[in-house]
Amino acid sequence: MAINVAGKSIETDEEGYLTNLGDWSEEVANEIAKAENVDMSQNHWEVVNFLREYYNEYQIAPAVRVLTKAIGKKLGPDKGNSKYLYELFPYGPAKQACKIAGLPKPTGCV
Amino acid sequence: MLHIVNKSPTERSALASCLAHARKGGAVLLIEDAVYAATKGSAAQASVERALRELPVYALGPDLDARGMGASVIDGVKVVDYGGFVDLVIEHRTSQSWL
Amino acid sequence: MTQVAEDIEREAGAEAVVKKFMFVNRKAPHGTIYALEGLEVVLISAAFDQDVSLAFLDDGVYQLLKGQETKAIGVKNFSPTYRALEGYDVEKLYVERESLEARGISEQQLLVAVQVVSAGEMAELMEQQDVIISS
Repeated sequence: MAINVAGKSIETDEEGYLTNLGDWSEEVANEIAKAENVDMSQNHWEVVNFLREYYNEYQIAPAVRVLTKAIGKKLGPDKGNSKYLYELFPYGPAKQACKIAGLPKPTGCV
Repeated sequence: MLHIVNKSPTERSALASCLAHARKGGAVLLIEDAVYAATKGSAAQASVERALRELPVYALGPDLDARGMGASVIDGVKVVDYGGFVDLVIEHRTSQSWL
Repeated sequence: MTQVAEDIEREAGAEAVVKKFMFVNRKAPHGTIYALEGLEVVLISAAFDQDVSLAFLDDGVYQLLKGQETKAIGVKNFSPTYRALEGYDVEKLYVERESLEARGISEQQLLVAVQVVSAGEMAELMEQQDVIISS
């Protein structure tokens, strides 16, 4: 599969995750979000950027529980809970936000 | 604890490491290429005999036979079949594979 | 999901008691897939709220060395992931002293905080487990 961004074709797997992490850009993220019916707000970007930083540091996409805890630590308890994260990403913060962040599917997600 | 080893003692250090961690009350089961350790004249013979003073050592018969070693087993090593393998797993609370 | 993860789920789901799981690492990181897959199983199993510990002995201690750069051999450098374990509430990392010494490695060369134990202490820790998963 592939998505088209600014006339360029970017390869994804059959579930829509980027094949090459290096292909990611904010435009690519917006395009994936559109396909997921997610309207990217400041709050969405906060989570997506957090995920990219986490991946950069640890080389994995975090499990939902770990993401929730880490977000709470960094952005405060009103954001570090699954209700908040699921409101932003209804199909699951780990799966959907990771996809928009250009990361692979979190380990342990099937 | 049942310690299961499946690598030849002259190719890998799995058996040596296993014997360094096995404790009284446990048992060692040699399967696949590890059965060579249970045979007379192997470089591992001395360490297997030392282990036998502390705990029982078993070797899987079908693996010995497949390698032409069925008649060369070190005294004291007990040969078991697949049923005996299962019994050993049941007898011990935990098992650990030394891969 | 891997077979091991399914086994863990079954073990964990059978009763609500917390079991002691130890993941034993005895292989160097990049020559085989054991170390990476073992680490993935640890991350998956962390979701089951069990008492998880990791043991590093023999060549497994090489997994924790600082300064691994895998770009040129074309494999994923998963060594930074060991530092994520704390966030997964996996905080018991045991490293065998004899294995470090046999490889000329000091504790300062490891990329994460660990507890260095003797072979005898490691054997004792193994005895205390309910489940041991080796890789």
